[in-house]
Amino acid sequence: MALTISDLRSKRQVGDRVFRSATLAGGAAILLILALIAYTITNKSTLIFRTAGLDFFTEKRWAPSADKPVFGALSFIFGTAVTATIAIVLAVPVSLGLALFTTQVAPKWLKKPLVALTDMVAVVPSVVFGLWGIIYLAPKLIGFFKNMHNWFGDWPILGSLFGKASAGRTFMTAGLILAVMITPIITSIAREVIETTPQTDCDGALALGATRWEMITGAVIPHSAGGTVGGVMLGLGRAMGETIAAALVIGSSPTITANLFSAGDSLPSVIAFQWGEATSAEKRSALIAMGLTLFVLTLLVNFAATAVVSRAMRRMQGAS
Amino acid sequence: MTQDLDSRPVVGTSAHPGTALPRPQSQSAGDTPTRESGMVFDVTDLAVHYGAFTAVREVDLKIRPNEITSFIGPSGCGKSTVLRCFNRMNDTISGARVEGDLRYRGVDLYAPSVSATQVRKHIGMVFQKPNPFPKSIYDNVAYGPRLAGMSSRSDLDAIVEQSLRGAALWEEVENRLKSSAMGLSGGQQQRLCIARALAVQPDVILMDEPCSALDPIATARIEDLMQEIKTKYTIIIVTHSMQQAARISDRTAFFTTEVSSEGDRRAGVLVEYDRTDRMFANPADDRTEAYVTGRFG
Repeated sequence: MALTISDLRSKRQVGDRVFRSATLAGGAAILLILALIAYTITNKSTLIFRTAGLDFFTEKRWAPSADKPVFGALSFIFGTAVTATIAIVLAVPVSLGLALFTTQVAPKWLKKPLVALTDMVAVVPSVVFGLWGIIYLAPKLIGFFKNMHNWFGDWPILGSLFGKASAGRTFMTAGLILAVMITPIITSIAREVIETTPQTDCDGALALGATRWEMITGAVIPHSAGGTVGGVMLGLGRAMGETIAAALVIGSSPTITANLFSAGDSLPSVIAFQWGEATSAEKRSALIAMGLTLFVLTLLVNFAATAVVSRAMRRMQGAS
Repeated sequence: MTQDLDSRPVVGTSAHPGTALPRPQSQSAGDTPTRESGMVFDVTDLAVHYGAFTAVREVDLKIRPNEITSFIGPSGCGKSTVLRCFNRMNDTISGARVEGDLRYRGVDLYAPSVSATQVRKHIGMVFQKPNPFPKSIYDNVAYGPRLAGMSSRSDLDAIVEQSLRGAALWEEVENRLKSSAMGLSGGQQQRLCIARALAVQPDVILMDEPCSALDPIATARIEDLMQEIKTKYTIIIVTHSMQQAARISDRTAFFTTEVSSEGDRRAGVLVEYDRTDRMFANPADDRTEAYVTGRFG
């Protein structure tokens, strides 16, 4: 039978074309949605910027219902920064320790349950964390906060951080809840990055007389530093944007203070709580502007993360 | 065969005072080793099991100082497993169990009081795939001395230069010590790994197929290097290349797999161990002859 051109024509060409269009459409849709979000929230927040100007970012007071309403985002930006910082400071050592323990130290039979357990914490809905924070953690913490204040109140820096505690819903409570929430994600990213350390690197260190700890610091950590920083930044982004859990335990009282045991408020929390009662166009615009601020902040964190990771990668390759 | 056992040159100064293992130069100084034989390693009836599986059994070997000993044999014959007993790298594999008597300069390597970490400071290892750390050339070589507590910049500089010269790499890298080891060619990386091992001032260097990932030119450089450094070190090399074993080694051990008498599982055994020239010219065992002439394996 004679060979015809159709025998040689690839049968997969149609499938390839469909697949390419589908992925292209998906990618384009994501970009389009992102652009739409950026456009809408920028557009809707112009009103507040036109009336308040850049004072919106530097004004501490938030008095939307006053006779002469004042719209200042600073105390919410502050609260977001403080709670996210607490969360990172608490979660990073725990996560890295947990990741190193599961990958390097834990016996085989313990590894699987540990991984399953950390992953289980990740699937708890954030509102459940918030409720647990309100009904259990916050009341328990008052006593602890008071003790901390008594112990460290006179110390130079800690004294101002651990100030007088009046309630259980504080920056610190929100920070704690956020720390618990971001620990699983940082842990699982760190764990996966650590596991990419080639066995040959570990063997090389051990063969030079390294102890297990020296092998971890010498071979495992340099190899996984970049990826781990990426994981931490991802956790930071999550902590900044987390809404309902933080909203329930932060105390919803916009404050700027060094005292971590004081009630405060954060950007996502105020948007969630006050949107329903935001009747004036100005207040709505102010809340949307806070959403825009959060959006830009998380974008900046992500860019910083990418920069840090790629620099760490370059340094790991030794190009410094 | 005659061995001038006292001709062993002194290798640097001891970087690890107070270890349980004797430094080579102190072997006659009355450390009361239990069975002084002048051998670097004295192996009696060694067997290694991974769980229920026996990888290798009935190995009896004496490794002489300042010689290159090569281990040859088909895949799965246990030659790498035996090599990894000498610096206790098998410890890192869970389920691995070592039986029999393995003495390093008279000291039982598997005695409970012997630390694997200390053993590895005396017995260095070079792996099949070049495995420099993702750090600078300098930091790779300085890694071992730093572990041993060396922190003085001038001491480190000296030992890095000395080790890189020892590994015939100094001329190629002296102007880029701070750049990444990952930027070196495969052959250079492997010589860097040798330099890294030399920097710990070991007594023995174990090499697990060090040239199998290298081209013939890089292989020749490593082989020349081995000849140069064997005056200072004892070298054991696992190789898949019979030509390499014939070219470089003083003695050769041939391993193969064999069905054990009690079970039906195959396990590695040591068939023959002799001077390399005799092994290749006039092997005593038929299996060795079949292997070295290429009729099997």
